[in-house]
Amino acid sequence: MTDLAATIQLSRGEFSLDVVLSCPPGITCVMGPSGSGKSTILGVLAGLTLPDRGRVALGNTVWLDRAKAINVPVHLRRLSYVFQGLALFPHMSALKNVEYGMHDLPRPERADKARALLERVGVAHLAYRRPRTFSGGEAQRVALARALARQPQLLLLDEPFSALDRDLRAQLTKLVRELVPELGVPLVHVTHSIAEARQLADQIVRIERGRIVAAGTPESVLAGVTSLEE
Amino acid sequence: MSWAPLVLSLEVAALSMLVSLIAGTALAVLLDWKRMPARDFFDAVVCAPLVLPPTVLGYYLLVALGTESAIGRAWESLTGTTIVFSFTGAVIAAAVGSLPLVVRSARVGLEAVDRNLVSAARTLGASPSRVLFTVILPLAAPGIIAGAMLAFARALGDYGITQMVAGQMIHGTETASIHVMNALYGGNEEGARNMALVTTGVGIGMLYAANRFLRRINNRD
Repeated sequence: MTDLAATIQLSRGEFSLDVVLSCPPGITCVMGPSGSGKSTILGVLAGLTLPDRGRVALGNTVWLDRAKAINVPVHLRRLSYVFQGLALFPHMSALKNVEYGMHDLPRPERADKARALLERVGVAHLAYRRPRTFSGGEAQRVALARALARQPQLLLLDEPFSALDRDLRAQLTKLVRELVPELGVPLVHVTHSIAEARQLADQIVRIERGRIVAAGTPESVLAGVTSLEE
Repeated sequence: MSWAPLVLSLEVAALSMLVSLIAGTALAVLLDWKRMPARDFFDAVVCAPLVLPPTVLGYYLLVALGTESAIGRAWESLTGTTIVFSFTGAVIAAAVGSLPLVVRSARVGLEAVDRNLVSAARTLGASPSRVLFTVILPLAAPGIIAGAMLAFARALGDYGITQMVAGQMIHGTETASIHVMNALYGGNEEGARNMALVTTGVGIGMLYAANRFLRRINNRD
């Protein structure tokens, strides 16, 4: 089993982040109001943001250890990151977007695998179309397929469903719920939707102003909570 | 009327566009790199041809590439010809004049690339060079192509630098703009007028085509 273990300390002006995370395979929802440091945590895990102090390790693989001056470059960390705006490449078809993360596979294999993944998330018909023609839900599905294509050891999702209506959100939450056991890796999902966290999470971490205020099972953390913004 | 000067001008413009396209894009990528030391200073140096008199630029090129210079001597021992007062000299002269146009335009294109797409490519396992060639440059292409078109038009119209570096009445380096000057001073007013009109037509035609092309690219997305 490869657990994600991370300690992060970082300060930028007024804001400071000081968290310790431990995520087993399955879904960890990081919840908190805007500006609480949720996305920064994902940035550090991915290697896009360098913390002042910290360590990030996946099982025995150390990606970051500032004390030992270890910092594995982003492209060598085997992870996938679904960005808030999805960041699909606008100049590539859905198929090419999905293939992008499979650079280490032989070319013919890539196309077959990418097609299978698009089918798996229910958008095989979009294969040769470009992202600007996708609806919100379709774009989410392609972004998910692209994230899975890399065969990540860690999956990061930054509020990917926030722009969707309730029905679509429920559909995609269900899809993620189905996909995660197949992967068997830790998934860190940032959200401020309590409903989403309830449906998805195996574990919830609540943060406020850069500090963890509660962590545990959804039942224990969300008991009596109805809104995070209060 | 002989078409030779116009043909020469078009050849010089096309080749110098290629040179300034490659060099200008590389410089723009370098200048776009946030951690590059003395970035603003290098930016100013690269864009200096926009504000320096052509005679000054031509003087520097003569000093740097002339038969007395290290580069000039190396070129001569390799090819048996000189850079200055030759076709090569005319291409380099025109390229230097148009380089800042490519750099400026390419930088606008590069800055317009969504940083999230770059981050996404990196998290998908792309090395820095792969990110550059598969995401950054294709998305910055409209700006880079616009720069290349301006560079062509600028090179076609260059007089001053070319005259200094290549235009010493040596046979075979008389571009259209220099032909106008020579014809006029040689009493061939009709020749000067015809070449002026043709050059004007080609120049405006190029800019018009560039505008149309860019409109089509922008409408596509």
